[in-house]
Amino acid sequence: MSTTRAERLVNLVLALLSTRQYLTAERIRGIVGGYADAASDDAFFRMFERDKGELRELGIPIETGRNSAFDSVDGYRIARRDYELGEIDLAPDEAAAVGLAVRLWDSPELTGQAHGALVKLRAAGVEIDESARAPIQPRVRTEAALTPLLAAVREGTAVRFEYRRAGAAERRVRTLEPWGVVSWRGRWYVVGHDRDREATRCFRLSRVTGTVTPIGTPGVVQRPADVNLLEFVAGSEPHEHTPVATARLWAADGAAAGIRRGARVVGRREVDGVAGDELELDVYYPDGLARWIAGYGPDVLVIEPDVLAKAVHERLAVLADGAGAAAEGSQR
Amino acid sequence: MTTSSSRMPRLLALVPYLLARPGIDIEEAAADFGVTGKQLRKDLELLWMCGLPGYGPGDLIDLSFEGDTVTVTFDAGMRRPLRLTGGEATAVLVALRALAETPGVVDGDAVRRAIAKIETAAGEAQPAGVVVGLGVREAGRTQSTRQEVQRALTAERALRLRYYTASADRISERVVDPMRLLIVEGNSYLEAWCRRADGVRLFRLDRIDAIEVLDEPAVPPSDAERHDVTDGLFAPAPGQPEAVLVLAPDARWVAEYYACEELAELDGGRLRVRMRYGDENWLVRLVLGMGGEVLVEQPAELATRVRERAAAGVARAGRLAASTAG
Repeated sequence: MSTTRAERLVNLVLALLSTRQYLTAERIRGIVGGYADAASDDAFFRMFERDKGELRELGIPIETGRNSAFDSVDGYRIARRDYELGEIDLAPDEAAAVGLAVRLWDSPELTGQAHGALVKLRAAGVEIDESARAPIQPRVRTEAALTPLLAAVREGTAVRFEYRRAGAAERRVRTLEPWGVVSWRGRWYVVGHDRDREATRCFRLSRVTGTVTPIGTPGVVQRPADVNLLEFVAGSEPHEHTPVATARLWAADGAAAGIRRGARVVGRREVDGVAGDELELDVYYPDGLARWIAGYGPDVLVIEPDVLAKAVHERLAVLADGAGAAAEGSQR
Repeated sequence: MTTSSSRMPRLLALVPYLLARPGIDIEEAAADFGVTGKQLRKDLELLWMCGLPGYGPGDLIDLSFEGDTVTVTFDAGMRRPLRLTGGEATAVLVALRALAETPGVVDGDAVRRAIAKIETAAGEAQPAGVVVGLGVREAGRTQSTRQEVQRALTAERALRLRYYTASADRISERVVDPMRLLIVEGNSYLEAWCRRADGVRLFRLDRIDAIEVLDEPAVPPSDAERHDVTDGLFAPAPGQPEAVLVLAPDARWVAEYYACEELAELDGGRLRVRMRYGDENWLVRLVLGMGGEVLVEQPAELATRVRERAAAGVARAGRLAASTAG
């Protein structure tokens, strides 16, 4: 940006902030520094339109209106209360948290926006040390779809994107009225009203392929007041930390360190001529446990419950091929 | 961000910034804005030419320079910074919420107070539709492990660990020199120099079964290199063996969870992938556990081992059942 242009833009902001009256374009041309140089009416209006656009892009709220019913054209002003950042005063520990937070993003776009906020907070008088050493270095991992979806949620715009369901190859185009974006256990989700399904749906951002396209006009998306976004995402996950059962297992000596970590040894037992321990283990996710035990093949066996033994057997028998089928007869 | 696109935000922020800090050193201000002292002087010269219509001596922004310091003597009405844009408020507030949900990083109370204050100041720009849930699942034992790790990091002491290595399915004792704590994909890790392995290793906190802060100082070698975790943790090492697997629809998560190269979409929603692996036993356990949802195409020896282990498992379970019944 040329120095003249930057100077003109600053002058325009100062002039519009200092006036209560709406200033027409002609008036601005007459009094604001930098516009008198315009070679023609046409050149002036093009210049002025471009400047207004630039200031609005920076987030400056330029109001349009007329001072009286007798005015024939619109004028412009900036309302100070809409322009100015509210009063803010951060204690040192709060400022330290902000300094750390702006370094969290792994996306240059969001890092840039966070820095924009930092510049303004500093200008509001807050002292923020960005170089402070953190005891831990977390990162917020982002997906390509995050920034466009955040913008769509903010603006209340519907979006269209290609999505691949878990466990399916084909990609389908989905049309969503996004209510919010949720980070849950290190993954990002968008929740909203799925226009094709006529229902509330949640999509994982890592399965959004291609670009997120805004459709329709901003402000059409109405988020229901009673929806809890986090519960919607987290609700589909099993609740943790109440064991549903206790399993008795056998593990060969010297094997299955992973299983033994969470188990109690309750006795000794020899199976098939191999020495080992009898273990007791709390069961939280029966399906996950069957997968885990089956991974150990002959080194870990299920004594009880029967349903777990069968689940493990099914997994192994299918892989054991002919051998599995032959052993079937001796199974319970 | 290019210099030209960030100049206007800086110019608009400079006057209020200087108002709040009369007599600030120009180099110090430049550092806060992430520009050179030379650039900041240019910005100040420009602002000095700007002001209110009339542009007489009393209308222009006035700055007084004294040595290497600067003070605003007339602000021309630019007393406060511009409010945050929606994007700026989102970027900083979501990061703060993530921070508040990350255990042990900073005082969670301070983060929540900062969030409340910035939300108030941001007004309408605050992001209503963004929620950050539990970043990390952490059991009580992991919390106490983390406290010990932090104690060692602060005091720069070595640690003795009993650690479960999931890939090798082995528990070992080792003495390590802690370097930093980090969180990747919702799990907490200690990065440390492992004296036993003679290299930098990552230790997942929930796999540390016992921990002891030692009296001796932590002395990681000066050339110990930190992991680059920007692409996740499972960056396959060159020279590792490769397997070609076919994933059934219900096993497609394997390709999302571990570093895999997608080779082909097959009929019925199946996916053929190439996976590098460090430890064959680990991959055998994974495939056995998936019970036919994952098929090994290559190498043939791996497929044979899976079949043999499965058959042995079925046979031994049969003998156990027979002995229990008998």
